[in-house]
Amino acid sequence: MTDIYEILRGKKDADGNYQKQPVIVQGITGKYGSTHTKLMLDYGTNIVAGVTPGKGGQKFEDKIPIYESVKDAVEATGAEISIVFVPAKFFLNAAKDALNSGIKLLVAIPEHVPIRDAMEAIELAKQKDAVMIGPNTPGVIVPGLIKVGIMPASPFSSGKVAVLSKSGTLLYEISNNLTSAGFGQNITIGIGGDPVNGTRMIDAFDMVKDDPELEAMVVVGEIGGDSEEILAQHIIDTGFKKPIVGYIAGRQAPKEKRMGHAGAIVMGTYGSAESKISMFAKANIPVAKRPGEVAVLLAGKMGSQ
Amino acid sequence: MRLLEYQAKELFKEFGIRTPPSISSTDIEKGRKDAKELGYPFVIKVQVPVGGRGKAGGIQKCNSDDEFELKYPQLLNMSIKGEKTRAILLEKMADIEKELYLSLFLNRSKRCYTIIASSEGGVEIESVKNQTIREVGLGDVDAQTAKEVANEIGLKDSQEEQFVEMLQKLSKLTIEKEAELAEINPLAILKDGTLMALDGKVMTDDNSNFRHEELQKYQEKSELEEQAEKSGFSLVELDGNIAVIGNGAGLVMSTFDLVTDNGGKPATFLDVGGGATTESVYEALTLISKMKRVKGILVNLYGGIVKTTTVAEAFIQAYNNNLIDLPVFARLMGTESDKAKEMLKDTKTKMFDSIEEAINGVVMEANK
Repeated sequence: MTDIYEILRGKKDADGNYQKQPVIVQGITGKYGSTHTKLMLDYGTNIVAGVTPGKGGQKFEDKIPIYESVKDAVEATGAEISIVFVPAKFFLNAAKDALNSGIKLLVAIPEHVPIRDAMEAIELAKQKDAVMIGPNTPGVIVPGLIKVGIMPASPFSSGKVAVLSKSGTLLYEISNNLTSAGFGQNITIGIGGDPVNGTRMIDAFDMVKDDPELEAMVVVGEIGGDSEEILAQHIIDTGFKKPIVGYIAGRQAPKEKRMGHAGAIVMGTYGSAESKISMFAKANIPVAKRPGEVAVLLAGKMGSQ
Repeated sequence: MRLLEYQAKELFKEFGIRTPPSISSTDIEKGRKDAKELGYPFVIKVQVPVGGRGKAGGIQKCNSDDEFELKYPQLLNMSIKGEKTRAILLEKMADIEKELYLSLFLNRSKRCYTIIASSEGGVEIESVKNQTIREVGLGDVDAQTAKEVANEIGLKDSQEEQFVEMLQKLSKLTIEKEAELAEINPLAILKDGTLMALDGKVMTDDNSNFRHEELQKYQEKSELEEQAEKSGFSLVELDGNIAVIGNGAGLVMSTFDLVTDNGGKPATFLDVGGGATTESVYEALTLISKMKRVKGILVNLYGGIVKTTTVAEAFIQAYNNNLIDLPVFARLMGTESDKAKEMLKDTKTKMFDSIEEAINGVVMEANK
């Protein structure tokens, strides 16, 4: 399995420090792409190239070279991480360009990508032994080291708790609470709010669970699908022992209505909050009633260990 | 989008899946013509985008003009689970021997289509017993797989053949229309031994709408929902009296949960999106100002990249233009929130440090 930590922070150098890994931005000249490229640079992310077809040869902010394709950008920089900001209609082509050019971590920001296109991209990622996060994800951050995403910097601080979340703003809100309570994060991964995710809850869990620095995990789910249930069963099966706390949004949502996210819909009992909360209970994962309670429950769990 | 029964059946017909003779209407004039054309007896079926309409009295037998005149208006004015009748379907009754269940759905965790079939249909999927479940990749369902499913639910000979054909047609529909769910329930075996789709449910992937011009006629949105979509929000309208606004689907859902937990009744689920601007929040307030039942507005924003002052500015503009006269209970968290609070000090917006306090305020206001 691809080691997401190694892709994001490389191997420790002689002084025991992680290395900033190079990142490509697809759609770097667009409104959204350019704003977030600046914010990622401010955070210290090592952005080495941009890609915008038709603008190859130009420079972003007079310093970052822009290429016609990811293939060209990879040849020039050797980067293995790419973040995509293109409109949803063009996502599949952008993803193919990246995955066929040796990108090992593809962070798919666009919302409204058709499910069929997402599934094709996921299939290709599997063949290429690459990881795709998203679509419709805020991205991934290793606080203090690298931010490949659109999340604000302020909620996050470096530490030992992994946060996996379907929702973006809840990820910020809960990470902010964790930070205030003294629980920094070792990684946070936005799963995305779409019905089909390149990195499912269970994949994200497997990617982070063996990190020796990890002390606890927070799982922020929401109604729709069964990825929380599957994760809970997996946690039972693997006997993972570090503390985990959950939160599930949408307990009171009406059935058969899409609640903002394409994936947030309850059909019958499939995707209901009750189903997720009861599976979490079986896996001995306490579920907070409100976002503010997550840090409190985590403190309780950590204290009892 | 979630198609109504008659729309799903139009797709069924297009793909050659047999359905009973039926005609849809939205007014009684047209309904009378349909009744004449179809001939008594038939059933009148309410068309609503939710399940459980049989139990709620949304399906009624009709044997005569008198019954028709009585029942048609009743059903047309009916609401089921808060959903008003969108249309009426008149449909010939079928001579049913047995009811089966068949659906194809997009299995999110396995990322493939999955068949569910059962020899016991006619009830909601949760109550369907003896389910046969088969995962089938992303392509068409092949004849061998369809045959195995038919055998597992006890079909043989001619019925097996008919089932295989129907399942393959359903699979074609699912793929071509990019459906997340295509369900035939009940799938009836008639007294004459033939198979027929008596009810249908189809949900398509909204994100693929741009490739499906032909489905646009089924797109059904309230005026408000349409405006919201234009502004890039997601809006779900409900029948409560508290307008819930926030940024990010998860945060709004979470706020919605807490409002309901505390005895409040949301009128909206309104997500202005991760990248709220002064204009977009102003637009959201404009939408809400048009909803007469709203008694209070609850705002929960997590300002990260978006500054909370940007949001406060929208409220100031809304007050200045007399757009809103409703009390607003707000929790603005994050970037520049102190400044935002100062800006809104002498307005009808009450600012709170925690969402719990803001919710208490708005629920008390709405329940006055």
